[in-house]
Amino acid sequence: MQLNEYEKAMLSGAFGRGRAEALHQQIQVGEFFDAPDFVSVSQVHMMADTESLGEAGVAYLEDLAALPEKERTVLVPTVTDPRGIDLCRYRRLKQCAEWATLEQRTIDALQRLGILLTDTCINYQTVQPPVYGEHLAFGDTGSVIYANSVCGARSNFEGGPAALNAALTGRVPRYGYHLNERRRGTHLFEVRFTPRDWSDWGALGALVGQRSGSYWSVPVITGIDSNPTSDELKHFGAALASYGSVPLFHMLGVTPEALQDALSLFEQEPPPAISLQDGDVEAFYRSFGRHRGQVDVVALAAPQLSLLELQRVAGILGDRHVHEGTDLVIATSPEIKAACDRLGITAVIEGAGGILLEGVCFYQMYARETGALNGWRHLVSNSAKLVNIIQGYDYEPRLATTQQCIDAAVNGRLD
Amino acid sequence: MSRTVKGHKGIGAKVTGVALVARDNFSARYDLDRINGVFSRKAHALYGERYVGRVLVLDTAKGGVASSWMLREMKSRNMAPAALLLNAANPIMAQGAAFAELPFIDRFEEDITQAIATGDTVTVDPQNGLVVIG
Repeated sequence: MQLNEYEKAMLSGAFGRGRAEALHQQIQVGEFFDAPDFVSVSQVHMMADTESLGEAGVAYLEDLAALPEKERTVLVPTVTDPRGIDLCRYRRLKQCAEWATLEQRTIDALQRLGILLTDTCINYQTVQPPVYGEHLAFGDTGSVIYANSVCGARSNFEGGPAALNAALTGRVPRYGYHLNERRRGTHLFEVRFTPRDWSDWGALGALVGQRSGSYWSVPVITGIDSNPTSDELKHFGAALASYGSVPLFHMLGVTPEALQDALSLFEQEPPPAISLQDGDVEAFYRSFGRHRGQVDVVALAAPQLSLLELQRVAGILGDRHVHEGTDLVIATSPEIKAACDRLGITAVIEGAGGILLEGVCFYQMYARETGALNGWRHLVSNSAKLVNIIQGYDYEPRLATTQQCIDAAVNGRLD
Repeated sequence: MSRTVKGHKGIGAKVTGVALVARDNFSARYDLDRINGVFSRKAHALYGERYVGRVLVLDTAKGGVASSWMLREMKSRNMAPAALLLNAANPIMAQGAAFAELPFIDRFEEDITQAIATGDTVTVDPQNGLVVIG
């Protein structure tokens, strides 16, 4: 890789061993993917939940945090993905004190690095929306696909250590979705279905993801006959990234790189269009429907809910009460939680017996252990991403519309 | 007699070990019991197999972003594979290998899961992108 004088000095340790080690790791990744050089990033979003970090990851952060301030402070604004535990509410979920201790050590280390603990996966809605053409180092698959596709910004999936490296050096290797040629379409989809709920958008994203299949695939979606909102595209993208490991899609007439025609997005003749119809979506819902009846937990998360989603959830709940045999667990960011407190939305959800968590997401907060501690097995969610991931954690999930989810929480069952 | 297979330039230092091979995918989060060092996802072709200290040979990387923290954590407890060889990597696995200093090569000139058999002794040379079998 071609290094400039500044990068050579950084690699030699002129700005401390933390930045030198970070750049060293980035060069290895860059050469692995044939990156010609580095590109500066304006913002970093970092995944650092304690369940993934483990003791080794936390110790690594603490070692960096012990460096002199000049050597340890991040070079570009850096925000965090959801944490492993909501320190204000973990006892209500019967979660362990040791997890809270590891969490506090992580928080202390991250703060010493100058990282903003936003604890959110919807930073593109709640912290600072990316701008067209902006180079980023984002670290949650849902935040990457939204930034790339809806905003026209440029990021690869940057896992926790890679995002940390980008924060310490202010740059990333120039490969993958930073390059024009990697953003061309590879798959063509024709949608003959009108999504109505957020769960429908997630289901559609999942279907596209299942048929795209790799990090280097770029699906082009045609046939969308509505003007989708930020929350709808958020569910679509999060599910697409979850089912297909895909970091970019183009949606004709909606996303900024696909405003004109679909064919020009392909380098050569596009492949035959894959059609998605009502029946495909119905079959997708049914693929989760193995249990009927009792619901242990209704989980609204993955991605965290926006203020507008929470307002709608509170509106559907109204003055009803959550069933005594069922938990209603909702996750949002600390900023949106504060807004909900101020605007009376928290009072409706908590007054009904629901739990509104901040700074966490359902699957990143020790979901297996927490499920066992609370007797959660039969889970219902309106998030296609969540029902996908949570199967790996001993849950039997079902996908349902937002209205059905809230009704299930109130009735204690979904038939 | 030994045979050499060429791949793309990889990550990490040269290492020799005994291969564990399957034509299946790889995610540290979803496929492994990282405490006990065995494949724990029942649907995986290597279910029940112990991977610690082996040269692990699989098809492609999959899953979310969490794997990139996990390889180093596994190595810190001496519970990591000796090296990882895949037909196709994604950034997450490459970032995780660089963070963990785990030898890793992908993009071989032939299907690496066919070129190597479980039990073969293989030398992995990431800087030159070479794997020597036997």
